[in-house]
Amino acid sequence: MNLTLKIWRQKNAKEAGNLVTYPVKEVSPDMSFLEMFDVLNEQLIQKNEEPIAFDHDCREGICGMCSMYINGRAHGPAQGTTTCQLHMRKFKDGDTIVVEPWRAEAFPVVKDLIVNRSAFDRVISSGGFISVNTGNAKDANNIPIPKDDADNSFAAAACIGCGACVAACKNSSAMLFVSAKVSQLALLPQGRIERESRVLNMVRQMDEEGFGSCTNTGACEAECPKEISVENIARMNREYLMANLKK
Amino acid sequence: MSKINSKIPEGVLETKWTKYKSSVPLVNPSNKRNIEVIIVGSGLAGASAASSLAELGYKVKCFCFQDSPRRAHSIAAQGGINAAKNYQNDGDSTYRLFYDTVKGGDYRSREGNVYRLAEVSANIIDQCVAQGVPFAREYGGYLSNRSFGGTQVQRTFYAAGQTGQQLLLGAYSGLERQVGLGTVKMYSRHEMLDIVMIDGKTRGIIARDLITGKLERHFGHAVLLCTGGYSNVFYLSTNAMGCNVTAAWKAHRRGALFGNPCFTQIHPTCIPVSGDHQSKLTLMSESLRNDGRIWVPKKKDDARKATDIPEEERDYYLERRYPAFGNLVPRDVASRAAKERCDAGYGVGTSKMAVYLDFTSNTLRYGQVEANKRNLHNPTAADLKKLGQEVVKEKYGNLFEMYEKITGENPYELPMRIYPAVHYTMGGLWVDYELMTTVPGLYALGEANFSDHGANRLGASALMQGLADGYFVIPYTIGSYLASDISTKAIPTDHEAFVEAEKKVQEQLDKLMNVKGTKSVDHFHKKLGKVMWDKCGMGRNEKHLTEAISEIKTIREEFWKDVRIPGIQNELNTELEKAGRVADFLELGELMCKDALMRKESCGGHFREESQTPDGEAKRDDDNFSYVAAWEFKEAGNWELHKEELVFDVVHPTQRSYK
Repeated sequence: MNLTLKIWRQKNAKEAGNLVTYPVKEVSPDMSFLEMFDVLNEQLIQKNEEPIAFDHDCREGICGMCSMYINGRAHGPAQGTTTCQLHMRKFKDGDTIVVEPWRAEAFPVVKDLIVNRSAFDRVISSGGFISVNTGNAKDANNIPIPKDDADNSFAAAACIGCGACVAACKNSSAMLFVSAKVSQLALLPQGRIERESRVLNMVRQMDEEGFGSCTNTGACEAECPKEISVENIARMNREYLMANLKK
Repeated sequence: MSKINSKIPEGVLETKWTKYKSSVPLVNPSNKRNIEVIIVGSGLAGASAASSLAELGYKVKCFCFQDSPRRAHSIAAQGGINAAKNYQNDGDSTYRLFYDTVKGGDYRSREGNVYRLAEVSANIIDQCVAQGVPFAREYGGYLSNRSFGGTQVQRTFYAAGQTGQQLLLGAYSGLERQVGLGTVKMYSRHEMLDIVMIDGKTRGIIARDLITGKLERHFGHAVLLCTGGYSNVFYLSTNAMGCNVTAAWKAHRRGALFGNPCFTQIHPTCIPVSGDHQSKLTLMSESLRNDGRIWVPKKKDDARKATDIPEEERDYYLERRYPAFGNLVPRDVASRAAKERCDAGYGVGTSKMAVYLDFTSNTLRYGQVEANKRNLHNPTAADLKKLGQEVVKEKYGNLFEMYEKITGENPYELPMRIYPAVHYTMGGLWVDYELMTTVPGLYALGEANFSDHGANRLGASALMQGLADGYFVIPYTIGSYLASDISTKAIPTDHEAFVEAEKKVQEQLDKLMNVKGTKSVDHFHKKLGKVMWDKCGMGRNEKHLTEAISEIKTIREEFWKDVRIPGIQNELNTELEKAGRVADFLELGELMCKDALMRKESCGGHFREESQTPDGEAKRDDDNFSYVAAWEFKEAGNWELHKEELVFDVVHPTQRSYK
């Protein structure tokens, strides 16, 4: 099939960017969206033009590096799917596809479709962990954990930190990302010891990074490639309230 | 021979590590504060080493080329992590894990290293649970296990099909905690391009900031390379697009020997190639083999749909050839068996280069168990299928979804089509028992070293080794080197050695940019990959390897004459990054073929067609090849071979049999 792509080109963080139109021919429906970009980039290199810079690594939907805003949706039209796992059979011959980077104050554009998501790392380093040094641990089966708690914790831990939740939110809120980590650890007995300081520190850091407020539209859950539930946000709000009451 | 000393402690196997730990020199806490350690790579080995060393008090700098340390490719490991916990009461023990690993590696690994790995395996699970890693659990709240290839016990811990992700995020959280405490400084989007040596010791690195393109000099009393494997030399592999050999290769060029480069693992269950556009291959976890049955039609070129082929016309070839282990034979054996059937004309799918992985019988079995649990009497076949599919979904849901996204087929209804693909490299930088390379102060951890898996790695052992090296080995062994280095003050990076190393890196970048040829980096990478896969892949022989060596030389020459890199050097330039990596692969590929040519025996994943038993199994030659091949770099295309003899005091090498 033949497609028309309108892609955001931006030389670097300082210069302004704009959408540039590229025709792409003979796209196979078995290609992934990023393989279609590989084909386009090969064509650009042949013409001695600069290829489009985009983030990607594992190409199997788990590293969280790929991040394209496709036709107005984070990671494109497929439910529960990262950009790298989106395949061209989801599109039709003759389609025009608009591709932009994540848009958020806390995720400045680095080049073309690449943004800086280091704010997420700083949120984790403010409290997204259990303070256990190597060698402290006792036998793993000394902490039995009800299966439901373990399963719910796992469901929250499935977050890949791609930032689609922020990109999808009209306020660029990071509540889904932060609450997934808060939930994962708050649901486990090992994590409960630091639950109050954790949620307070992480929320403070989240605000400092310039992420917006949550207004419960649920856009984050709808676009999350790992289908992380907004229930985590509710849980984090409870954790936050309790921590503040205890302060 | 003096070049290599494996430094395996004397004494009986079971007490080597304990004795070593209690006698290794220590660095006192006030001195640790003045000692800087550079860690390159932030996967399981890198992140666990960074946090553990920082906790001990060292000043750590950690580098990764991705936008965040959480992206490292350890994250993509699916199935699980082994540990000799014996929670299932099925006869597991440290010795048995050790024995399985040595045997699985086809007797080409060191007993001392492997025993230590098995010994610390249990501590890893404890550490990860304490960090909040949500492993799968049973209803009683205790940890669950599954089976993996090459073993007859259930010792694999898992978190659905996302074990690597959960372990890496656990290690990453420990790393970020230290970043927050200011004990680790993290450099994301940085790529190491050389090591710096002063008076014969490693004293730092040259790194390129991938955003600005600027070169940076960083001092360290020691440097740890935790940079993963080199499967991408094949272009198509299950590795992430960015995985590369560059850090290890630069170290090799500076004098670190490279161990067993030809030992690569071809994983039997990957989604087959769909066309020329293919950029990478995707694995379907080995755990699926536990619950699925692999087959091909008994008739050649059978064009019927899988579900239309009756039971008696299916050849469950693994069960037929290996009745004792069946579908759970080690990866090398399963891969070769698939290739054998496809080469003989029994392959399925449009390319005929695939076999079926079928879940029907286990789905029904699970359905029956579930029906019993729910007190359903006389359930229909449709009921059993539905109930069984729910169980399969809980165990492997994400893998089945991934398969459907990639192929457009529903694996709950049709069997998966799978074919082997390059997945892991057992070879890597040669290290001694302390994980130090032949360059003083330079260490290699995780997949980047050659140490523990011999000629074939067992499933769920890579995660184990990465974390063992980072959490429980290096924190002890690094003291043995640093204890004698406490009086060395931080060396200013205007030292001539830093200037010289940076100049060399700059020259290479200039050289790449100035070729201004006509073909993209990928063009050369694909060409190299094809030669490697066809001639240094699942089956190898003297003729093909000799041809490959000269073909790779030609591709390398063409690359340096005709590669085109658009853009400029001092900005984010993804083509320039790739070009540097492919330049190194073009040298490594030749060494791999050379190593494969030299090793005339078959062992593990290395199958020399000239050396096989009458029924087509790999035939080792212990009299002539029971050694680690450690190659010393002289110049591109010229290496000197050093041999480390392997001594087996406890396990006696026999012909590996899974029949």
